[in-house]
Amino acid sequence: MATYRELLAQVRGEIDEISTIEAHERLDAPDGTLFVDVREPDEWDEGHIPGAIYTGRGRLEQRVEGLVPDKSRPLVVYCSAGSRSAFAAKTLEELGYLNVANLAGGFSDWKRNGFEVTIPRALSPDQRTRYSRHLLIPEVGEEGQQRLLDARVLLVGAGGLGSPASLYLAAAGVGTLGIVDADVVDESNLQRQIVHSTDRLGEPKVASAKRTLEALNPDVKVVPFEERLTSENVDRILADGWDVIVDGADNFPTRYLVNDASVWSGIPVVHGSIFRFEGQVTVFHPGVGPCYRCLFPQPPPPELAPSCAEGGVLGVLPGIIGSIQANEALKLILQRGDSLAGRLLLFDALGTTLDEVTVRRNPECPVCGDHPSITDYVDYVEFCNSPVRL
Amino acid sequence: MATVRIPPTLRAEVGGVRELDAHGRTVADVIENLVARFPALEAQLLQHGELADFVNVYVRGEDVRTHDGLDTEVRDGDQLILLPAMAGGC
Repeated sequence: MATYRELLAQVRGEIDEISTIEAHERLDAPDGTLFVDVREPDEWDEGHIPGAIYTGRGRLEQRVEGLVPDKSRPLVVYCSAGSRSAFAAKTLEELGYLNVANLAGGFSDWKRNGFEVTIPRALSPDQRTRYSRHLLIPEVGEEGQQRLLDARVLLVGAGGLGSPASLYLAAAGVGTLGIVDADVVDESNLQRQIVHSTDRLGEPKVASAKRTLEALNPDVKVVPFEERLTSENVDRILADGWDVIVDGADNFPTRYLVNDASVWSGIPVVHGSIFRFEGQVTVFHPGVGPCYRCLFPQPPPPELAPSCAEGGVLGVLPGIIGSIQANEALKLILQRGDSLAGRLLLFDALGTTLDEVTVRRNPECPVCGDHPSITDYVDYVEFCNSPVRL
Repeated sequence: MATVRIPPTLRAEVGGVRELDAHGRTVADVIENLVARFPALEAQLLQHGELADFVNVYVRGEDVRTHDGLDTEVRDGDQLILLPAMAGGC
């Protein structure tokens, strides 16, 4: 039976080791060398090698294939002094990683040499618990959760779509949620607007939503804009530096206004709309895909575009479409996955079908096209009520 | 024969159904075939013989305006989607 020292010596004989100086030369090397930190979470929080990924020794086997799917990628494994990481390097080789080196001397020697160190902003113990299901997903993890906490999302409308979207964004820990809505909570809203409740009747929707969302997650700050979005206030509201706009407006003039302002400010819009049993959802990402005017150059005449107040809407439908909007907003913040830019999803709740159509950027688009003819806000109410131009 | 998805705002014109079968080798033929059976659709889809600006028509998932417009070919078994803009987030 080997002692710890004998076992360590044996393992070190079986793996490759590199010195701190050699390891430093491989930082940002063109071969894509990845540093893997296998220390305890509190050691990582006090500082780590720049660009390193973290997976504690205890869950290494379980997590590493999710974090590093390419087994030929060169890896440098380190702990504080090179012992724990020697065993980790051995394990990685046993898992099939082809190019693994142990950092002899570890992070202590790295610091002694005066090499650069990144000190991460750490999640609090409460946050680690609250977001634990996010932290377990390789595509989110601690870095992604920090991104969410730093993110700012503006919701246009705290109604059917804004309710589920804001609830899920708040639960996910999106740090700042702006909400634009001039209405008060009405009894007829409660069949679907789940961010509000019966004891809020008559209360401004932004105040009601703020109470619900901040109670759900104290990490979230809600910035209320108790006003209708107009050409006069849109620049002031957008100047707050939003990463994503979630558009759940209830009328065409606001839709076109949100579009034009977002194109000019370069902010992606997650667009959703609903009527009776049908929903539409897509992403308009300036510089990446088409805009709302590429999809619908003209609004329909008012008699062809009844609102939910006139035509009704199934209560759960905004729950489905608004949740897809929240999903798209989270992916845009995390910069993960494929967004709905260039694709319009059509959901039919009666048949439970989901269709997808392609939306292309129109080079002739008056706002995002190659030679835009609209470069400042127009009278959106007049634009949407005027007879259709041919 | 193609199938045509009817949006909720146009269902009153076609007796309330969500989908119709229609004949035609082009989008124009299919719309003509629909309008012959449901004349009230014409004002909702066409203006001066052209596709109205506020209605999108998709064949095989593509907007016909990015292909040959009303002349876009329709093949047997294709699904056409008529899609007017909806504003509601309510």
